[in-house]
Amino acid sequence: MVKTMEKFGLPTVHICTIVPISQTVGANRIVPGIAIPHPTGNPELDLEGEIELRKQLLMKALNALKTDISEQTVF
Amino acid sequence: MEKFKLVHYVNQFYGQIGGEEKADQRPILKDGSVGPGVQLQSLLNDSAEIVATVICGDTYFAENTNEAIGEILELIKYYEFDGFIAGPAFNAGRYGIACGAICKAVQEKFQVPVLTSMYPENPGVDLYSKDIYILKCGKSAANMREALNNIGRFITKLLEGREIGFPEEEGYIPQGRRVNVWAEEIGAVRAVNMLLKKMKGEEFETELPMPIFDRVKPAPPVKDMENSIIALVTTGGIVPKNNPDHIESANASKFAKYNIEGLNDLKKGEYETVHGGFDPVYALDDPDRVLPLDAMRVIEKEGVIGKLYNYFYTTVGNTTAVSSAERFGEAIAKELISNGVSGAILTST
Repeated sequence: MVKTMEKFGLPTVHICTIVPISQTVGANRIVPGIAIPHPTGNPELDLEGEIELRKQLLMKALNALKTDISEQTVF
Repeated sequence: MEKFKLVHYVNQFYGQIGGEEKADQRPILKDGSVGPGVQLQSLLNDSAEIVATVICGDTYFAENTNEAIGEILELIKYYEFDGFIAGPAFNAGRYGIACGAICKAVQEKFQVPVLTSMYPENPGVDLYSKDIYILKCGKSAANMREALNNIGRFITKLLEGREIGFPEEEGYIPQGRRVNVWAEEIGAVRAVNMLLKKMKGEEFETELPMPIFDRVKPAPPVKDMENSIIALVTTGGIVPKNNPDHIESANASKFAKYNIEGLNDLKKGEYETVHGGFDPVYALDDPDRVLPLDAMRVIEKEGVIGKLYNYFYTTVGNTTAVSSAERFGEAIAKELISNGVSGAILTST
C-alpha cells in the first residue's frame, strides 16, 4: 500500500516492525516500529512515556517525509 | 456404458459465425459440436459426446454478462448433460473471462463438472481459477491440438469421478488450495539440502515460489511541513468498536475511513483492532499503540505540521492480497491528494 501510494505521488512513510518485509515489497521510506503487537507503543512504559515514544517515532516519520531520497531508505 | 454428454461453449469466431464484427452475437445453441468442438469430439471418441454447442459473441458477453449467463443457462437447461466445457480461450481476454464466468455459473446451477482452458496470463485466470478448473494452454490457436487433447483427458477424468492430482501433474492452474502431504525428510533437512545446492550453484527446486516486487520512484518530499496536511493510515486494523464496516480480520476486501475531527486520543473500548494476525491485547488496551493519534495531536499542537487530516484510513494487512493492497493504496492516495494532503504515515504491525 505504501509503495502504491507513493507511486501515485503521495510521499508515504512506513512505520513497520519487520523492516526486511517492507524493503522487499518496496516501500521507499521506512521507519522501524517498536514491536509487532504495538508498532507505536511500549506497554512497559507509563502513558506519558508512551506518548513521548510515539512522538519520537512520528518525528522520525515526518523527517522521512520531508527528506528527498532517490532510493529505499530506512530512517 | 453410456457415453457422457457434454455441452460446449465457444465464442463467435470459433463458433464460425464471424470475426470481431460479430462479437455482439447473442447466445445461440447448435446441436452437436462446432468448430474446435468437432476436433475435440473425435479425440473424445466413445467416452463422451458433445450434444450441444453454445455460441456467444465476446462483446455481448462482456457488456451484458448477467443477461448472457441467464440466456445461456436457459438455453441449455433443455439438454441432459453430465459436464460443460468452454474454450480453449488461449490469450483472448474477453473470451477467457466469458469462459470462466459461464463455467462457474453452470457449475453452480447444474452441479456438474465444468472445465475451461486458457493461457495463464489471460485475465479470466485471476477471476475464476479459484472457482473452477482452468487448464493451462498456449497463447494462440497454434496450440489448439495440445489444448484439446488436455481438455479431453481432463474432462473425462472429472466425469469419471477419478481423483484429481496436483496442478503440476494435471496441468491446471493452481487454485490456491493447501494440501498436507507426507515428505520423506523433515523440513529442516530439506531446507539445508536446498541451501547446500544453492551454495554449490546446483539446480534446486523451491517449495514455495516467491513473488517478484517492482520498485517505485520515491515521490517528491513534503515541502513546508509546518503548513502541510498529513494523514494517518494503518494496516493494523484499528476500527471503531464493533467494526461497523465489517473489515475482515484477514485477506481484507476493503478499507474504511473514520472521522477524527476533534478527537485527541483513541480510547480503549471505543476503538479496537480486528487484525487477526497478531496478539491484540496491547492494541485493545490502547489503540494509539497502532494508530498513534494522541502523539500526532501533540505534534500538530506544537506546529510541527500544519494539520492532521480529519480522517484516518484503515484496513487489515493480514494475508491481504497484493492486488487488493494496490487497489486500496491507489484509492487512498487519490482521495488524500484531492483533499490537499501532502504526506501520509502508514503504520503496520
